[in-house]
Amino acid sequence: MKKILTLCVFLLYMIQHTQAQIDPSLLKGITMNPKKDLLNMDAIYDRPFVSNKKAPVSLGGYVEANWQHLGTDGISDGHQLQFRRMTLFVASSISKRIKFLSEIEFEPADKEIAIEFAAVDMEFNELFNLRGGMIINPIGAFNQNHDGPKWEFTDRPLSSVAMLPATWSNAGFGIYGKKYNNNWMIGYEIYASSGFDNSIIENTENKTFLPAAKKNTERFEELPSGTPLYTTKVAIRHNKIGEIGLSYMGGIYNKWQDDGLVIDEKRSIHVFALDFNTTLPKTNTFITTECAWVNVDVPKSYSEQFGNKQFGGFLDIVQPVVKRTIAGWKDAVINIAVRMEYIDWNKGQFIDTGSNIGDHLWSIMPAVSFRPNSQSVLRLNYRIQKQTDVLGNPPSNTAGFNFGLSTYF
Amino acid sequence: MNHRIQLISSMIIISILVLSCDKFQPNAPTDDSLLDGPVNGLTYEQNRQFLAGDVAFNDEIFSPATGLGPIFVATSCGSCHAGDGKGTPFTTLVRFGQTDSTGNQFLHLGGPQLQNRAIPGFKTEVIPNGATSSKFTPPANTGLGFLELVSDEDILSMSDPEDSNGDGISGVPSFGYLPEFITPNSNAVVKNGKYIHRFGKKAAAYNLLHQTVNAYNQDMGITSTFTPHDVYSGFSIDPEVSDKTVRDVVFYLQTLKAPIPRSKGNGNFETGKALFTQINCSGCHTPQLKTGFSPVTSLSNKTIYPYTDMLLHDMGTELDDGYTEGFAKTSEWRTPALWGLGLSPNSQGGQYFLMHDGRAKSIEEAIMMHGGEAKKSRDSFKQLNESEKSTIINFLKSL
Repeated sequence: MKKILTLCVFLLYMIQHTQAQIDPSLLKGITMNPKKDLLNMDAIYDRPFVSNKKAPVSLGGYVEANWQHLGTDGISDGHQLQFRRMTLFVASSISKRIKFLSEIEFEPADKEIAIEFAAVDMEFNELFNLRGGMIINPIGAFNQNHDGPKWEFTDRPLSSVAMLPATWSNAGFGIYGKKYNNNWMIGYEIYASSGFDNSIIENTENKTFLPAAKKNTERFEELPSGTPLYTTKVAIRHNKIGEIGLSYMGGIYNKWQDDGLVIDEKRSIHVFALDFNTTLPKTNTFITTECAWVNVDVPKSYSEQFGNKQFGGFLDIVQPVVKRTIAGWKDAVINIAVRMEYIDWNKGQFIDTGSNIGDHLWSIMPAVSFRPNSQSVLRLNYRIQKQTDVLGNPPSNTAGFNFGLSTYF
Repeated sequence: MNHRIQLISSMIIISILVLSCDKFQPNAPTDDSLLDGPVNGLTYEQNRQFLAGDVAFNDEIFSPATGLGPIFVATSCGSCHAGDGKGTPFTTLVRFGQTDSTGNQFLHLGGPQLQNRAIPGFKTEVIPNGATSSKFTPPANTGLGFLELVSDEDILSMSDPEDSNGDGISGVPSFGYLPEFITPNSNAVVKNGKYIHRFGKKAAAYNLLHQTVNAYNQDMGITSTFTPHDVYSGFSIDPEVSDKTVRDVVFYLQTLKAPIPRSKGNGNFETGKALFTQINCSGCHTPQLKTGFSPVTSLSNKTIYPYTDMLLHDMGTELDDGYTEGFAKTSEWRTPALWGLGLSPNSQGGQYFLMHDGRAKSIEEAIMMHGGEAKKSRDSFKQLNESEKSTIINFLKSL
């Protein structure tokens, strides 16, 4: 207790005496996308950047760090201090209608420095833009709009990281377009990219696990199946109703031929996602939800441990409760929020018994967040989670706190 | 000043949460409701080896990249023994090709175990024409280290091949030859070069190393220096699991705690036990055994209550699948331990799958499926009134 009080006093001292070390007048805050109401597909440019007037590039990024204390069935690893990631954005307007943006992520826990996004956008028409490079496949909304400071929860949605691959980037090309008309907006994206491989069913997770394909860095050079992964999304937004998006991603995932010899059947994957977000006008309650259905052609001779159908999703409800000057921060906001999540990694029944296959999880996570400004957030979450194994045995119970900060810089 | 108060209040709240976060987490299940966990009193070094074995057993999932298959039954040890408990029909394996003591006649066609799963691009095995087979549901792992330490002499003392006491029960030990990698115990009883085997449904495995090495090879298609032959090609290939990992897993199995009885001392337990003895279930399911010396103090010279004699018994035509292993007859089965029986649903998806192949969906059904040497006891159970039956079943559930 004494140590914690000492730490509090030290933090208070630092808050009062720390001065900005950079002359902010040298850098100008800009946004690459000046429109106010945006679709999720605009999220990659809807980020704060800083730019020196004479420099050809704009820079930005965000950082996330957490403390967590979770326990499962009476066993806890105690306090964990985590530096989740730092992401750098580098953007450049090469000409009025040619833009480049890159997103480089540093995740020290995974010893990973990865280019998540690095693509050139060429605008031919509002409804016809060409994008090429390393793209993020727009399956669901979270893949498009995943920056930590935008969310009130320290963890990314489980269905987006443990069922769908979060920040699923691939080498690819595609087209997209948007049309704005008063309160209405419509956008589409179509990409052909590299994609999955056998690891989605040949992995150490003991389940069909799409995120396993993220470890295959060869996908930036070679498509295992020799055929592209197709991803497409259509989103419609009305400013008074909200945005709804429907996306699909699919193709052949496995290496079925090698050196001209057929070594397996062609096996396909199909993923459908539905996302919706809105802000209720009277209460300013922000609601965002996403659910996805995964169908994977798993060989019949393989283990039923690896499901051919999956379903998962999340629902976030965020309610601002205080908006005023707090501790000197003008228009600071305190939110209360809750996230509900569900994943079923293996929908179906066992052949031998006809009983339901388990391998599912649900979680509910109340939260409080403090936003001193729109670009920074402190958040405290309490997770309650139940996870059932493939046999449907009594679930393991997990619960505990997360506290984290995330901010654009 | 107001800002400072707000900040201090926030920090005090956060500090309280930090200090009390343990209180907001799920409680541990009681020890007697779990089958996994180590025996008490392991040293630091032993705890480390137990943990290494735990990780290898429960967390190491094999994939084609790490040696799985190409034909296999399961992708990890833990897949078949969830929570170290019994398996289900999904994890049940099939063995085929042997009908008598002359050995397996179908080794050249994939025997003795059917690898009923295959990695993509490969075909599974099928049971060859003419081969008889039997399904084996994975047993619980709990308390195996204690059973390994019961002396051969004690096992022999429980056998009664000629049924000299006339109770209709004539258990025999399972004598078999040792594979090269097994070093017999110093006090082992040898008969014509054969040693008493005690693990497996037909007691065809000598000790936990023997059982573990075979499981790696036959269940997951993982080769080791102990069994270097690939189940698919039959050729010797590089080891896919290290000797250390195998030894760690064996140590893990040896040092898993014995199930903790949940109603010992209450009246119903004692009544149930008395009825169990009265109808002579205890003729094979011997309540009490003792372990010999072990360098692991917690296992050494202990009295245990596994309810098995580790002998082979003829269970009659009811349980004769026409398949066997080692030198057992097709109708002979090793008495399974009954400790932890009541916790089976926790690893069997909330249901019971009992007997060697999971055919019984309740304890009562399992009792009624007993035949051969157990026929008298089964018939005696049948004669009991409902209350007495229920008392026995509750007693069995509490072990």
